[in-house]
Amino acid sequence: MGVVFDHLGDYGNGWFTTIKLAVLSFLLAMAIGLVLAAMRVSPFRPARIVGTAYVDVFRNSPLPVLTLLFWFGLPKLDIDISRFITAVIVLSLYTGAFLGETIRSGINAVALGQSEAARSIGLTFGQNLRLVILPQALRTVVQPIGNIWIALVKNTAVASFIAVPELIYRTGQVNTAESRPVPILIGAAVGYLLLTLPSGLVLGRIERRVAIKR
Amino acid sequence: MRRARQLQIAALTAVLAVSAVACSKDQGSGSGDTKVKLKAGSTMEKLNKAGKVTVGVKFDQPGFGQKDPASGKVAGFDVEIAKIIAAEMGIKESGISFVESVSANREPFIQESKVDFVVATYTINDKRKGLVSFAGPYYVAHQDIMVKKGNPKAIKAVADLNGKKVCSVEGSTSEKNVKAKAPQATVTLFKTYTECAEDLRNNKVDAVSTDDVILGGLIDKAKEDFELVGDKFTDEPYGIGVKKDDADFRNFINDTLEKIYKDGRWKTAYTSTVGKFLSAVPEPPAVVRY
Repeated sequence: MGVVFDHLGDYGNGWFTTIKLAVLSFLLAMAIGLVLAAMRVSPFRPARIVGTAYVDVFRNSPLPVLTLLFWFGLPKLDIDISRFITAVIVLSLYTGAFLGETIRSGINAVALGQSEAARSIGLTFGQNLRLVILPQALRTVVQPIGNIWIALVKNTAVASFIAVPELIYRTGQVNTAESRPVPILIGAAVGYLLLTLPSGLVLGRIERRVAIKR
Repeated sequence: MRRARQLQIAALTAVLAVSAVACSKDQGSGSGDTKVKLKAGSTMEKLNKAGKVTVGVKFDQPGFGQKDPASGKVAGFDVEIAKIIAAEMGIKESGISFVESVSANREPFIQESKVDFVVATYTINDKRKGLVSFAGPYYVAHQDIMVKKGNPKAIKAVADLNGKKVCSVEGSTSEKNVKAKAPQATVTLFKTYTECAEDLRNNKVDAVSTDDVILGGLIDKAKEDFELVGDKFTDEPYGIGVKKDDADFRNFINDTLEKIYKDGRWKTAYTSTVGKFLSAVPEPPAVVRY
């Protein structure tokens, strides 16, 4: 494992880029997911259609295909953005589709009477969603959202396909220098575990804190 | 006296070569060709008995190893060399399976016996010699630079890459050479050179640097987009990778190479593949038995 310690700096650089990718993408994806969920439960039919089409496209496309397509395709449309931003956009669009569906299932889990009560006191659809439904819906889907976060952390690896210097890209460079794939890949796996294992612990805490005690 | 002896050896080699070719031609089934003389207990003998060999080649390098998606066949100079080596071991063409070996996985493939040998634009260097053994070289390429047609960034030599964005492939010596000769260059790494070429086309990088033969293949497909700078700044001896310290197999391949240098099969293989987009036929390099 000596080679891993010789290259801690390279791993560290990649690890921080991975964190940045994951956090930024997650925040954006959460925004996309909330909008999508709202669209899909909306009384306005065109919004439901657009929401469904979005989910169908992004949930069902392989992430590497989307990544390479955006990176090589956007310049053809004269859109010039960096590798990192391209990766964040693709990861957000993709993860947003999953978050949207998860949040929607949380919304559906809230008892119908809640919504009826909200409407009867005169709240609009938006107010109802924001003040009554979502606060209850999100609590029930903490673990599924956590699963999506953990999947996202690992999915950031596709950014290496377009040469974003994240953990996998750096691992490739270390391997080029040392040609010892087994210990070097174990080093990368440990890097991901350092992110995902604490995530699991934090999730458990969040879930207990926001649980609706009946 | 000495001259006469050399002639004798040459004559003997020629006879053996002819008979080996004859053997592999009229051999009926794929396995167990007894007419090819192979050292007992050697890798060659084992492969000959099995009638099968697995060879690591590139699938994305025009001229050396490129897979035709329609037919599924791999073609190129490396593939031809592999076929000749297999034939010398008495293995029919149908007994050869070609496996894609990208730059980064060549050593692990050899070490873990996923392939029997690797012919994949594989530059011989000391670091790699510590992990695998090399026969050859069977070709010497030179690292060069590919830029957009018209050379908008005026890159004339490797030193001009300082401060520029250069694309190369993960796990290749090209990356290290650029970093050594142009330390201020920003090197971007992709999995394949076709992706590098696309980045150059989209102005995401200023240059692509690797062996001239590989760049030649890329330019051949897009003459109106790219051009070669022509600063041959390194020598890249391409070798055939075998398992470390398999001396018998290495010697056998070296003997085969020396044989095909003489009998013209090397030249035929070259002119029918890479020779198509590189002008003059070079002299085959001397085999190095380290």
